[in-house]
Amino acid sequence: MKHRLSTVAAAAAVGALLAGCGGGGPSSGGGKVSDDKIVLGVLTDLSGVYADIAGPNSVQAVQMAVDDFKKKYGDKAITQNIEVIKADHQNKPEIANTQAREMYDRKKADALFDVPTSSAALAVQTVASQAKKLYFNTGAATTELAGKTCNPYTYEWAYDTYMLAHGTGAAVTEAGGKNWYTIYPDYAFGQDMQQKFETAIKGAGGKVVAKDPTPFPSDNYSTFLLKAPGLKPKPQVLGALQAGGDLANVVKQYQQFKLKDKGIELAIGLLFDTDIKAIGADKLAGTMFTTAWFWNVDAKAQAWADRFKERTGQRPTFDQAADYSAATYYLEAAQKAGSDKAADVSKELDGTKFSDFFAHNATIRAEDHRVVHDAYLAKVKDPAKASEAGDYTEPVKTIPAAEAFDQPSPDCHLS
Amino acid sequence: MTSFLQQAFNGLVSGSFYALLALGLAVIFGMLRVVNFAHGALYMLGAFGAVALADSAGLGFWWALLLVPLALAVAGTLLERLLIRRLTALDPLYNFLLTFGIALVCQDLLRMKYGAQSQPYERGPFPGSMDLGLFDFPRYQVFVLAVSVALCLAVWLLLTRTRIGTIVRAATERPELTRAFGIDTGRWVTPVFGFGVGLAALAGVLAAPMRAVNSGMGGDLIITVFAVVVIGGLGSVFGSVLAGFTIGMLQALGNLYVPVLSQTSVYLLMAVVLLVRPAGLFGKEEHA
Repeated sequence: MKHRLSTVAAAAAVGALLAGCGGGGPSSGGGKVSDDKIVLGVLTDLSGVYADIAGPNSVQAVQMAVDDFKKKYGDKAITQNIEVIKADHQNKPEIANTQAREMYDRKKADALFDVPTSSAALAVQTVASQAKKLYFNTGAATTELAGKTCNPYTYEWAYDTYMLAHGTGAAVTEAGGKNWYTIYPDYAFGQDMQQKFETAIKGAGGKVVAKDPTPFPSDNYSTFLLKAPGLKPKPQVLGALQAGGDLANVVKQYQQFKLKDKGIELAIGLLFDTDIKAIGADKLAGTMFTTAWFWNVDAKAQAWADRFKERTGQRPTFDQAADYSAATYYLEAAQKAGSDKAADVSKELDGTKFSDFFAHNATIRAEDHRVVHDAYLAKVKDPAKASEAGDYTEPVKTIPAAEAFDQPSPDCHLS
Repeated sequence: MTSFLQQAFNGLVSGSFYALLALGLAVIFGMLRVVNFAHGALYMLGAFGAVALADSAGLGFWWALLLVPLALAVAGTLLERLLIRRLTALDPLYNFLLTFGIALVCQDLLRMKYGAQSQPYERGPFPGSMDLGLFDFPRYQVFVLAVSVALCLAVWLLLTRTRIGTIVRAATERPELTRAFGIDTGRWVTPVFGFGVGLAALAGVLAAPMRAVNSGMGGDLIITVFAVVVIGGLGSVFGSVLAGFTIGMLQALGNLYVPVLSQTSVYLLMAVVLLVRPAGLFGKEEHA
């Protein structure tokens, strides 16, 4: 602890010195950059259930974007004085609210990134609007962020429940799984997912035979698994919309009840590599799911993922890749605008079309600040075909950007 | 009808875990007057023990079922000797806080080592399902139910048919009087605590093949188990076991017919039982 305190003190001293020197790069003069530096804040779950999906490696991803930006522009960068700060929101909206205020107001953050957990993200979105500073969400899935609660300061970079449901729900239905039995965790995320899935299944000509809310969290799903084969008409697909540890419970018990042998396939709402590792790739082999990105989806992605692994020792999740992508485009926009003011940066971002290692055929929609890009319908690889530990995913098809995300919501008015 | 029976049977299987944990809690409370809040964490440690044995030594399920409860029972006796014993003379609240703290420390240590994600465990025995007449059921889960019923019976026989059992029961119900007969009840406290801990660890090992193994698994379960123990009657071994299986069944059937109520049903039942019988179904009203 003492050691850590002294490190913090040293860092603070260095920071003060740098600030005293009038801040960084030669081209930073003219007061274009507020406080003579750009501060990127990563507000994430550093120790809880989403610490592996986002967490410390999200901070690394943003830092990597900053390093790459400084290297690319060198002396021509808007400023060389770019700082990355981090905070733990513990997946709680009230803590996220306080931390976001602290970062914007006292630590002079110009933009926040990440924020897994929908309720926490909604809280940060409100603070961003009050502080009039930018927030790039990559970790939370609720469509409300770009819908009912949208504001000019919030960008949606990675994924949402519409994308997850329409990919998997429509594809599995079209492939012959007409009748579904969906079970969803009984809280905001699960209820939102259930609605989106049902719409997608119906849209593809299928039907939800039955749907049950399940206690959250829960370690026993036997009741629902036993009930499934007896439903009339018999469902061909069990749609499991649980996440994390709950999902591991569902899959373990799905296996024990041998539902596959009884003609009921498994479709999963949200699946991360960390879940596949926990459950076992052999148990999930062939299971379909939708994802925004995975590390070896193409050569460009893999090259970036290799650099990421060199830095962190781990393969990135799509959330972490999206953090890098968002931070890079934020810095590029600030460079172009010659300013770190939210309004100036926004003007550069809105309407931009781009493709990078993460987002293919992407558009930053000016109407609602959702970034639409290609998504992937994927399935869990047969472990025998894996190239290395952690190679879990193979693409089934690319969902074009225009189909992957919903149209701008009529509830969203940015101005 | 078949689906009703099938669900009731399924409820008995999940009741197995409640019963094993409640049994240990009841024995510990009876002998030590300690409400052991670390019981859920010990269950979690049992499951992680199975994972660790498989990862580090390549030992399978049966070894885990033997070694993990033994190891944790020994750790439990140390815990009783070094910490819990020192606080028993004080207000029971102190031991409640101590065991609660131990639970938090265990959870956080495991989270530091393994992260918050679930751990894979793929060494469960008895794959496939078996025909139970009216319906078929996963063989492993039938095994879990059988083990749990056998253990509950064995403990009951031990308590009612042996001299040790007589002493433990006497010490549970009338500690002063038992001591007055010249029986050193203190000698039995430590082994009883170790035994209760061993049962929790065993439940954890049994859970590993069928449930997600993560640091939160005990914390989620222990709340329900406490409700079970209160319904059965604090300190009543028979009541705890019976309530464990009953609550398991109620939850399974509740999930089927009124999913919305499934989580609250156990607390509703607890409220009703406490209104009618404040000491629980089989508890003795000592100071009524």
